[in-house]
Amino acid sequence: MKVSRRNQIFWIVGAILIIAYAVIPVLWIVSLSFKEGDDITNKSFLPTVWSWENYRTVFASDLFTTALRNSVGMALIATTISVILATLAAYAISRLDFPGKRLVLGVALAITVFPVIAIATPLFNLWRTIGLYDTWLGLIIPYLSYSLPLAVYVLAAFFREIPWEMEQAAQVDGATAWQAFRRVIVPLATPGVFTAAILTFFAVWNDFVFGITLTSSEAARPVPAALAFFQGASQFSQPTAPIAAAAVVVTIPVVILVLLFQRKIVAGLTNGAVKG
Amino acid sequence: MSTTIPAAPPQKVAEAGKTTRFRLTDRARKERNLGWMLAGPAFFVMVAVTGYPILNALWLSMFDYRLTDPAGRDFIGLGNYLTILTDGLFWRQFGVTSLITVVTVSVELVLGFGLAMVMHRALYLRTALRTAILVPYGIITVVSAYAWAYAFSNTYGFVNGIFGLGEFDWFGGTWSALAAVCVAEIWKTTPFMSLLLLAGLAQIPDDYLEAAKVDGATAWQRVKRVILPNMKAAIMVALLFRTLDAFRVFDTVFIMTAGSQNTETLSFLAYRQTISRVMVGLGSAVSVILAILVVLIAVMFVKVFKTDLSQQRGDRK
Repeated sequence: MKVSRRNQIFWIVGAILIIAYAVIPVLWIVSLSFKEGDDITNKSFLPTVWSWENYRTVFASDLFTTALRNSVGMALIATTISVILATLAAYAISRLDFPGKRLVLGVALAITVFPVIAIATPLFNLWRTIGLYDTWLGLIIPYLSYSLPLAVYVLAAFFREIPWEMEQAAQVDGATAWQAFRRVIVPLATPGVFTAAILTFFAVWNDFVFGITLTSSEAARPVPAALAFFQGASQFSQPTAPIAAAAVVVTIPVVILVLLFQRKIVAGLTNGAVKG
Repeated sequence: MSTTIPAAPPQKVAEAGKTTRFRLTDRARKERNLGWMLAGPAFFVMVAVTGYPILNALWLSMFDYRLTDPAGRDFIGLGNYLTILTDGLFWRQFGVTSLITVVTVSVELVLGFGLAMVMHRALYLRTALRTAILVPYGIITVVSAYAWAYAFSNTYGFVNGIFGLGEFDWFGGTWSALAAVCVAEIWKTTPFMSLLLLAGLAQIPDDYLEAAKVDGATAWQRVKRVILPNMKAAIMVALLFRTLDAFRVFDTVFIMTAGSQNTETLSFLAYRQTISRVMVGLGSAVSVILAILVVLIAVMFVKVFKTDLSQQRGDRK
């Protein structure tokens, strides 16, 4: 009994250390974003005066607000398209017997490991010729190249676990085909679709390579790319603290999703990889 | 690839499929059509959005082609590849990329295993732990890179203060700059690694560990003899995913050093040739080489993985 209590303390200390590991760099950028004036270069973790100044600067700048709009819009569109197409494909893969279902999964996997930059550079050339350079569509299409395989992969792993026989069972018990689908299958499948949507959103939201290679103006530039261009474009020489503020703003959606759906995200990440 | 991994009973599924196909030919044909109707769009989009650029890159890589000088476009066959492979710069960047990959992935494996053990064992703080760990995973890479760049900076950062390094300029030298890049990469991607390892850990039956304990195995022996051999598959998958990912490192390097102090990686080279210097032919060739390297790494892993798994099976019998 005594031993196990000591053990448990050991694990708790470990857990606290890990939480600190995960959170400290985030707290650092949050703290930096509240610094102002001389505090910015005070080289200590916390500001002496907490100020909203940087957030005001960031939201007053078109550079950031347009980028934020671009990021949100394009991420939502790419996620929606990916999840719809992937749901259909994953259903077919897990439920139906047809030649080439392994091929679909294989291609999805092969694409996820492909270097994004190797796709971005040829597109740079092509998009300029056909006029998709620096447009939303010109980014959403390449986003699909990694969001769709990811969604297919995650959903196929989820759908494989669904007890599809329950649909027939419900019909035997007198449910119509639609009721069986609506009441039995949809509730079972929704969590998977949802998880796939979150993971896909994270992936697209994170994009930087396409964002900097395929845009040249505010028209389509997403936030991560805009952050990198903040440097020269701002009127002050070193916009460190405003960058920190902008970084915090784009981290908020991630933190909210993580807080709400922690369990689902973990399941989605591990299902595909370990059982796939 | 990872289709052969653990637990799930693939044979049973295959058998079931066979019998239905055998009995209901007509229905099977319908099922086949429906299957492609549903999976087709996703498959088509995936192939189109990646297949075309890849083929296009292959084609362009054989031209001496500068975007600002379209008239001077010349077919030079494998000339670009020759230029790249005989250039010391390429090999240095290959070295830098490999170094970052090896360092980050090995540190992540050890650290990730520790994290996974704690997540597996801790009875308290479980939810807090998993939530916290997902923050680095979900955070934008560029944001993580900025956080670390500022933390290491000798103008803004707290790192030098904590370690008493005074005005030390982390980004002033190759090794220290690479170290900073590695720290940022490790912080951001260890959680992913640890979650994959955790899934492997969770599949080890508790009886095994109990039995080892009863037999008097020490904690270290239990890790080495029971836990690690039983989660080989999970370790391999985690290593494969992370290695391929690390080899493409771009965002962190771009933000933290912009390739200065000889910290350029291969992805960065491809980017710089094509976008900054608009040497489309040369840049495409770098992209193709990078893609080939990634495929080679994947093939190597799968080979080792397969022999390893079959050996493991042989051992058990």
